Amino acid sequence: MLLETRALDAGYGQFRALFSVDFAVAEGECIAVIGANGAGKSTLMRSVAGVIRNAPEMVLHRGAPIGALSAAEVMKRGIAMVPEGRRLFPSLSVEENLLIGGQVRKAAGPWSLESIYGLFPILRERRHSPGTALSGGQQQMVAIGRALMSNPGLLLCDEISLGLAPVVIRDIYAALPRIRAGGTAMVVVEQDIGQALSVADRVYCLMEGRVTLTGRAADVTRDAIHAAYFGEAA
Amino acid sequence: MIWVDTLVQGILLGGLYALFAAGLSLVFGIMRLVNLAHGDLIVFAAYLVLLGVSLLGISPWVVALVAAPVMFALGWLLQSLVLNRVLGKDILPPLLVTFGLSVVIQNGLLEAFSADSRRIPAGTLDGASLNLGIATVGVMPLLTFASAIAVIVALNAIFYRTALGRAFRATSDDAVTAGLMGIEPKRIFAVATGLAMVVVTIAALYLGMRANFDPSIGPARLIYAFEAVIIGGLGSLWGTLAGGIIIGVAQTVGAAINPEWQILAGHVAFLLVLLVRPRGLFPRAVD
Amino acid sequence: MYRLTTHTRAGTVTGLAMLLLIAVGLAAPVFASRDLIQDLFFILTMLTLAQLWNLLAGYGGLVSVGQQAFVGIGAYAMFAGVILLGWNPVYAILLGGLAGLALAVPAAFLAFRLQGAYFAIGTWVIAEVTRLLVAQWKTLGGGTGTSLPREATANILGVETVAALFGVREAAARDIVAYWLALGLAVAVVGVIYRLLRSRLGLALLAVRDNTEAAQSVGVDARRLKWVVFLLAAAATGLVGGLVFMQTARISPDAAFALTDWTAYVIFIVVIGGIGTIEGPILGVLVFFVLRSALADYGSWYLMTLGLIAIVVMLFAPQGLWGAISSRTGLHLFPVRRRLAGPHIEGGN
Repeated sequence: MLLETRALDAGYGQFRALFSVDFAVAEGECIAVIGANGAGKSTLMRSVAGVIRNAPEMVLHRGAPIGALSAAEVMKRGIAMVPEGRRLFPSLSVEENLLIGGQVRKAAGPWSLESIYGLFPILRERRHSPGTALSGGQQQMVAIGRALMSNPGLLLCDEISLGLAPVVIRDIYAALPRIRAGGTAMVVVEQDIGQALSVADRVYCLMEGRVTLTGRAADVTRDAIHAAYFGEAA
Repeated sequence: MIWVDTLVQGILLGGLYALFAAGLSLVFGIMRLVNLAHGDLIVFAAYLVLLGVSLLGISPWVVALVAAPVMFALGWLLQSLVLNRVLGKDILPPLLVTFGLSVVIQNGLLEAFSADSRRIPAGTLDGASLNLGIATVGVMPLLTFASAIAVIVALNAIFYRTALGRAFRATSDDAVTAGLMGIEPKRIFAVATGLAMVVVTIAALYLGMRANFDPSIGPARLIYAFEAVIIGGLGSLWGTLAGGIIIGVAQTVGAAINPEWQILAGHVAFLLVLLVRPRGLFPRAVD
Repeated sequence: MYRLTTHTRAGTVTGLAMLLLIAVGLAAPVFASRDLIQDLFFILTMLTLAQLWNLLAGYGGLVSVGQQAFVGIGAYAMFAGVILLGWNPVYAILLGGLAGLALAVPAAFLAFRLQGAYFAIGTWVIAEVTRLLVAQWKTLGGGTGTSLPREATANILGVETVAALFGVREAAARDIVAYWLALGLAVAVVGVIYRLLRSRLGLALLAVRDNTEAAQSVGVDARRLKWVVFLLAAAATGLVGGLVFMQTARISPDAAFALTDWTAYVIFIVVIGGIGTIEGPILGVLVFFVLRSALADYGSWYLMTLGLIAIVVMLFAPQGLWGAISSRTGLHLFPVRRRLAGPHIEGGN
């Protein structure tokens, strides 16, 4: 198992956001995590990425306990995150934003500055612009490219469709299968259920910090998702 | 043509103040920390160089070359062991810790070296001058100014042309997301402080060769450095040079009018800029 | 049934204890030696300065490293009142408060353009400028300073009466008068601060300190609040300056505007005692005094020790001594927190 969480309880100070969450990603898999606002999806991602630190055994990477590691240490193990809100560095150009993604961990793999420009050609044209001068969709591409530069084994995508127009979302999601083909496993956190299910092998649904549904994307029914997403018969 | 002479002297003095300020600007730009002990660290480095010169009998330039990595290590340790522990949203702890540090350094130097004025011997360069046509300038002030420019060019090169510089800028923008890139902010901060201490060593070299110094002059250097940074605008090293020059010129002009007014003139210039342009002349940093 | 209150049992006990202490303090000259009176004067004036700095920095979030400007200007205003206007020194102290207030207006105008640590250094610059300007004032001694004229010190309000009452010489009587004034000023300042913090203004202040934006979003005028606190502290600090230099009867720019005496010591007192509480500076000034008595002969070692202690406290116990005590025992002698008092609520505090 590439990554799993076991009985993960995470939160912010005195506020608990996740309750005993069991979650797993296998090598090369693509997992969708869906749920309403505040359900705990981002908390789950941040716990895996090391932004939120927990007990060591709560998050396992290839069996090794990483729950207490810092974000930088987790990243060096090959788990990269595309953070919610993109969070490009305003002081860096597009190209520098990409470069910084790959300057700490140098791992072999298909992704480099050239291949990312191949994935998202528009970025090559805007390579010297400040990161924040781009449109939302282009910034999202930079954020994804930045995370890919370290050739991670696992890519965490936190709400990459947030604030983007549907046609832009389509373009971005069109790139995901190519990333998968490169050998990277992915976790896609979304409020947009349609897009998430279109790329995922399996899906988890969170509600109020608990896993309310899990199964193969192809197998889950609309009603089951509805119930899991909103709770009760909504 | 006494005014041209005064002006040129003021500009060159600005180079020294820019050297004082560059380290301060660097550290503040990256981690929003103002080290109240900055001036005292410059004085400490000056004593270090003095010690090297008196004990080893070699040229101050060589001593400074050796002292620089020592100061880097000290800065690195200071940040790692002390300042990293108090950095956070509250501005009070770093302020108070560095204030305490300032007092400790000043009094430590007092105990170790007494309050006597000292000077780093500059050999043949002491009092040497160069005729530039419009004015005759001392070689030392000219060298100081040239060094200030060299330091700023070097720092800018680091910031904008290296991976380390990328890491500096990214950490300054968003330390959490920098962590997602594999960058440990605390380690970056330690490197930054170490680098600042190298600049401090250069500043100390020229401070010590130029005029007498004693343990108590640190705070005044901090104030000049700070004024240069504020006038220049946060985030711009060239702005810091401009700020230093403005202070330097104000001081020399003030002194030319009345020697008692030298320091006051510098402060007044600062307050005037603060009044008219609170963000400085060339603000760049996104705060 | 339920009411919002700041009263606690510990607070009430402390209040009574304070009254007792004040009574003892008033009577002190009867049994205390001149040395003790002088020590008490020092303690009381430092305590006052510490409480004011704590109000500024601990409650108001305004970290000033330039309060010596107001001590100095207050002292010089007092001297000016005596030497130039012929006032009785005790009345001239009030001029000190006015001078502090007057200086605070342009000071705040300039300094408030800066934030955080830069605000701190800005206040320092303003203090330096004030010192340099005052040193140009030749009538009051310029750079070397001057002393209060003999007739003025002899005529200080109450000195003759005290000398006769206690059978002491004029200098000792002056110390006693100064001590009583210091006691009165300390009680008044602590009292005003305490009342202030328990008032709505105080609640607004705490809100701004914790989160300025949030406070502003509920209608707190943060800017006006900071002005009020800054001006208040400056005026009171000016009064202290006037009083201190009335007692020494000698002034110079370096002494009146000394960073070490009027800011460094004050900051150490507040930090070591516990910033952001009223009890903290009280504890801090006692610790400070003990350290000073023990190490005063050791000059720079004394200052180094203070500096090191301040660093260590900020690293490991940022709430200071009182903060450590208070968090262990839950004790608040000067309670400013509002509690809901009434019948016990299930599951509540």
